[in-house]
Amino acid sequence: MTTMDKAPAPPARGRAQISDRGRAERRLGLILAAPAVVVMLLVTAYPLLNALWLSLFSYRLTAPDDREFVWFANYATALSDGLFWSDVFTTFLITAITVGVELVIGFGLALVMHRAVFGRRTVRTAILVPYGFVTVISAFAWFFAFDLASGFVNPWFGLGDHAWFSGRWSSLFVIILSEIWKTTPFVSLLLLAGLAQVPGDLGEAATVDGATAWQRLWRVTVPNMKAAIMVAVLFRALDAWRIFDNIFIMTRGQEGTESLSFLTYRQGIERTSIGMGNAVGVLLFLSVLVIAAVFIKGFRVDLSRVRGDR
Amino acid sequence: MVERARKRYGGRGRVARGAAALALLASGLAACGGEGGTPTLRWYINPDSGGQAKLAASCTKASGGKYRIETSVLPNDATQQREQLVRRLAAKDSGLDIMSLDPVFVAEAANAGFLRPFTDAERPQFTQGVFPPAVENSTWEGKLYGAPFWANTQLLWYRKSVARKAGVDPSAADFTWDKMIDAAVRTGSTVGVQGNRYEGYMVWVNALIASAGGKIISAAERGDEAAIDIDSPAGRQAATIIAKLARSKAAGPTIATDDEEAARSLLNGARGGFMVNWGYIWRAENGDAKDGVIDKSIPGDLGWAPYPKVAAGQDSKPPFGGIELGIGAYGKHKDHAVEAVRCITSTPNMKFYMLDSGNPAARPEIFDDPDVVKEFPMAPLIRDSINRAAPRPITPYYTDVSGAVQSRWHPPASVDPSSTPRRSGEFVRQVLRDEALL
Repeated sequence: MTTMDKAPAPPARGRAQISDRGRAERRLGLILAAPAVVVMLLVTAYPLLNALWLSLFSYRLTAPDDREFVWFANYATALSDGLFWSDVFTTFLITAITVGVELVIGFGLALVMHRAVFGRRTVRTAILVPYGFVTVISAFAWFFAFDLASGFVNPWFGLGDHAWFSGRWSSLFVIILSEIWKTTPFVSLLLLAGLAQVPGDLGEAATVDGATAWQRLWRVTVPNMKAAIMVAVLFRALDAWRIFDNIFIMTRGQEGTESLSFLTYRQGIERTSIGMGNAVGVLLFLSVLVIAAVFIKGFRVDLSRVRGDR
Repeated sequence: MVERARKRYGGRGRVARGAAALALLASGLAACGGEGGTPTLRWYINPDSGGQAKLAASCTKASGGKYRIETSVLPNDATQQREQLVRRLAAKDSGLDIMSLDPVFVAEAANAGFLRPFTDAERPQFTQGVFPPAVENSTWEGKLYGAPFWANTQLLWYRKSVARKAGVDPSAADFTWDKMIDAAVRTGSTVGVQGNRYEGYMVWVNALIASAGGKIISAAERGDEAAIDIDSPAGRQAATIIAKLARSKAAGPTIATDDEEAARSLLNGARGGFMVNWGYIWRAENGDAKDGVIDKSIPGDLGWAPYPKVAAGQDSKPPFGGIELGIGAYGKHKDHAVEAVRCITSTPNMKFYMLDSGNPAARPEIFDDPDVVKEFPMAPLIRDSINRAAPRPITPYYTDVSGAVQSRWHPPASVDPSSTPRRSGEFVRQVLRDEALL
């Protein structure tokens, strides 16, 4: 029992111990990855630097002659604006709740997919169906379900003429619900990959030692798939942080349901305020970087370990 | 499994891809072929029931082979139509010859140099015998940038049975918002409005302020230094009405998200009473009754009256809308485009479009036409309403002004006459100076 407390430690990989073969493999890897890195730099670095440059201007698409270099004034305006922080809070709320709930439901679904004895393919397909929907379509479906004129939710639950999209919390509830419905399959898919990595004999050994199912889950399965869980959380957190489609379809950002992406859209596309839009966009990008850094450095997520070739 | 699938579909997939590539190539060639022969004018239209496409075809025919007009449909709502047009025009799209523009966006596009102004020689044929607000909305700094194509306004639509029960006459000279809200509360019915946070809400706010004798902004030619007048007695009167309605039983349950169609379904529902809405209602209600979507008795029970007054004895100023035709500044065939616009906005074509789409024409004379009067019994009222309609602020920063007002006046139930007009005025100023996010 006590031997099962910890996952088997991966073999130590020190810089000093690298063999000639390892070095050659590493060089080959770099060469193979180089073209992709160059292309990535071309398609991401240029737009990023351009956005950074444009964010330093007071510049409107519809008044090209009034372009004026204002240094970091746009950032100062955005960061001192209550709307920005209220949108950060909304985005954080949506991210925290959806990722948390999806992790729990997704883990359950992954177990079902993993353990299904018969109809395995049917079960997996059924669970993955929501993920196949275009987000806009799923947003419309949920919107119409809760909408007062066309919806079935109010009659089903006897809610009379409760207007879901006329209040902040009820709107956010529907937005979060649709997001969970749509992306839980993604989480469960990543967790299924993690479950498949857990060697079966570990569980069997634990059973022999007299561990209950609950103990096997918490002491054998979960520690052994920690990497997969962290990757699933990271991917979903980054995705949820950039939420846009559901909000656009359901509330257009009214009633305090605006996310950071939506704020960027409003400044950049709707107001055609290129400077302000790019400033908010750059802030959004930086916040994504922070989240990724916290996960990778803080929780020591090793992206290469998802493949299972420790 | 994967291998099998690839084998099974591989061959057919390749054929399909080849065919698709060929089709793309062919259509590309066809487009190139068109360049050499008849010039093709691309007309970006707002979605309608097909009337603009019919006009494009008939004007192509009338040109005798000089040009061909093809239509491209823009998104559904006015805000997104503008977004797409602005993006294309900012990129100097030479394939944008004619565009159907919401009147509020003419000033912005004109100020940015996106539109080809009409010359003084061309001007009279587009402005003579046309509703004054339509001309006013199409003009920026003394030049005409849009050709009025159709004009729109809102009326008060009501259920005659409800008005009878409440003992009110909505056409009476002293029928105000206050009386209407009280009548609806008394009879357990509703007043349908556009309270969603979108352009339609701005239409309502602007009409209330204008009807109270005020303005949202003035001296728009000063751009972001325009005078902001929303914090005024008129602004407070408008706020009082919105707050009273939104907090009363006469408000629909979804007043904070209602658009034109939601207001219409409220009027058709069990608690339907009164509603302010555009002229398309008549067509839509009759069509729905014929198709069995709504009760057959509703069109017979549907009454219309002038837009309600803010104060008795002070004429209301109904909203103004419609479509103006602009000519892209970067198109390759601008002279042909002027000719095409002349054809589209001719009196017979305007009449055709009014009968086809149900949208009111931009020339008052058409409203006396027997065909039109037969089809639209309220035509004289629509004509008079357009004549005294109040445009929304004419400014190149319209999107900011409208967005800022919507932001501070929404939701309707949160409006407070003592603070909302003042706070929205301050916010408009900040947004115009890029000192606040919207």
